[in-house]
Amino acid sequence: MTNHPIFTDQDPQKETFTLNLGPTHPATHGVFQNILEMDGERIISGVSTIGYIHRAFEKIAEHRPFYQITPLTDRLNYCSSPINNMGWHMTVEKLLGIETPKRVDYLRVIVMELARISDHLICNGILGVDTGAFTGFLYLMEEREHIYEIYEEICGARLTTNIGRIGGFERDFNDIAFAKIKKFLVKFPPILKEFETLFNRNRIFIERTSGVAAVDPETALNYSWSGPILRATGVDYDVRVNEPYSSYQDFEFEIPVGTSGDVYDRYIVRNEEIWQSLRIIEQALQKIEKEPKGIFHADVPEFYLPPKEEVYNSMEALIYHFKIVMGEIDTPKTEVYHAVEGGNGELGFYLVNDGGRSPYRLHFRRPSFINYQMYAPMSAGMFLSDAIINMSSLNVIAGELDA
Amino acid sequence: MGKLNNQQVIQSITSAFGDRISVPTEPYGFLTFETTAENISEVLRFLKEDKELKFNYLTDITGIHFPEMELSIGVIYHLHSLSNNVRVRIKVFIDGNAPHIPTATNLWEGANWMERETYDFFGIIFDGHPNLVRILNVDDMTVFPMRREHPLEDPNRVDKKDYFFGR
Repeated sequence: MTNHPIFTDQDPQKETFTLNLGPTHPATHGVFQNILEMDGERIISGVSTIGYIHRAFEKIAEHRPFYQITPLTDRLNYCSSPINNMGWHMTVEKLLGIETPKRVDYLRVIVMELARISDHLICNGILGVDTGAFTGFLYLMEEREHIYEIYEEICGARLTTNIGRIGGFERDFNDIAFAKIKKFLVKFPPILKEFETLFNRNRIFIERTSGVAAVDPETALNYSWSGPILRATGVDYDVRVNEPYSSYQDFEFEIPVGTSGDVYDRYIVRNEEIWQSLRIIEQALQKIEKEPKGIFHADVPEFYLPPKEEVYNSMEALIYHFKIVMGEIDTPKTEVYHAVEGGNGELGFYLVNDGGRSPYRLHFRRPSFINYQMYAPMSAGMFLSDAIINMSSLNVIAGELDA
Repeated sequence: MGKLNNQQVIQSITSAFGDRISVPTEPYGFLTFETTAENISEVLRFLKEDKELKFNYLTDITGIHFPEMELSIGVIYHLHSLSNNVRVRIKVFIDGNAPHIPTATNLWEGANWMERETYDFFGIIFDGHPNLVRILNVDDMTVFPMRREHPLEDPNRVDKKDYFFGR
C-alpha cells in the first residue's frame, strides 16, 4: 500500500498531479488500474495495480481432475479460449504419452487458428476504436460472430468454449461446421482486405500509431515478451515453429515480423498473422480430406470418457467411466512443461504430477501477465492518449493477466 | 533450427559447475537440474552470458511446496535459448521457514513480476528484489495461499450448510 504514489502524495507545492486511470475506465477495455503521475498531458511515471479479477485458478486446479481443469483455462484469455483448451489437453497428453491421430491434430489446428484470428480481430478492431475509427471495429465484429458460430457448431459454446477433450474432441465436426468454415474462408478475406484498406495507409491512423511505444528487441527479450508484440520488434520467435505441436510442422506458413516494435508494427504483424492463419486453415482442410473419416479422438479408453449410451449398456465402458471420473488411473509421477502459441504469446503449462487424481501443482505461464509488466515503465514520457493506444496494442486480457 | 542439443548443454554446465549442480535429467526431453540458493545467481548468469549457450530468454519463474520435505519450498526457473532453441529448467529447494533466494532481476527485468507473484503465493523472499510486494492478492493478506497447508475453501464457513438449501 505504501509504495503507491497516490497515498504518499504529501507535497502541497508540487506541480504534477496524480491520475487514477482505472480500474474501470472505459478506455482500458478491462480491469486495469494504473496510478499515473502526470505533468499536463505527459506521463512522468506510473504504477500498475493488477489482480482485481484474480480467481485462484492454480489453487483450484490442485483440487480438480485433469478433465475438469479445461473450463478454468477458458477463462484465462477469453478472446481465444480454444487455444488455451488445446494447450491444456496437449499438456496432459504429453504427460500421459498419448499420441493423437493426424486428423485430430488438423482439426485442432483449424480451431486454434480460428481462435487466433478472432483474438487478433478484437485487438486490431479495438485499436481502431481507440484511434477514433469505429467503422472497422464493427465490420470485424460481424466476422468474429461467424467464428463463434463455427465454435458453436463444434462444441455448443461460444465464448468459454471448453472445446475438445483429452485425446481429441468430444464429437466429430459435423457437415454444417465444415460448411461454415469453408464459407468463412470465402467471405472473410475481402472484409479483412477492406479493413486493411481503411487503416493501413490511413494518415490519421499512421500518425497516431507510428513511432508510438517503439521497443527494441533487446528490451523486449529482457522483459520476456512473446507473441505478436515481440515479433513486431523483429524477433522471429513463434512456438508453432520453434517447437511444433499438433503437427504444425506439416504446414507451410510464414512468421511475419516487424522492424520498429511500435504500435503500427504490432497492428501490421497481427493482420499478417490473420492472413497466415487463413492459409493454415485452408491447408488443414485439404489435409483432412486425405485422412480416414470419422476419427476424432485417440484410442485411449483410460482417459477418454466413453459415450453415454455405452456407459449404460456395456460393462467395459461403465468401468472406464467410473475409473476416469473417480481418478483411479495411475498417471506418471513427473513434471512436464508444454507451451503453445496463444493469441498473445507463449502460453505455457507447467504441470507437476504426483500420480493422484489432480495435479500436485499447475502453473500457467500467462503471456499477458508477463507482457504487461513493461507497460508502466514504458509509459513514462508518453502522452496519455498514446499510452491508451499502447495498452490496446499490447492486447492485455484481464482474465489472463490475473489468472 | 536447433544448433545445440541437450547433451552439449549438459557437458557445458557440468564442466563449469561440476558437483555444484545435480545430475541433469531429461523428463520429456526437457533438460532439468537442481542447484542451491548459493549457486543459483552464478548458474543463471553463466547460462545467460555464455557465448555458446545464450539462454537469454527467461520463460518463467514459479514456486512449489512440498511440506513433508526438509527443504520444503522450491523455486523453478524455465530458461530458453532462442537462438539454439533449447530449454532448461532449474530447480532450487530452500528452507520453508526462512525461504531466501537471490533475485534474478539483475539479469532480466522480466523477472520482477514473476518473483513478485512467487512471493505472493509462496512467501519466497527474493533478496535484492527492488519492490517485493504482493501482486495478485490483496495487500493485507497475511498468508501465502499456494502453500499446501491452506485449504481451497475455509472449512468453517457457515453459508454453505445443507439446511440453507433444504437438504
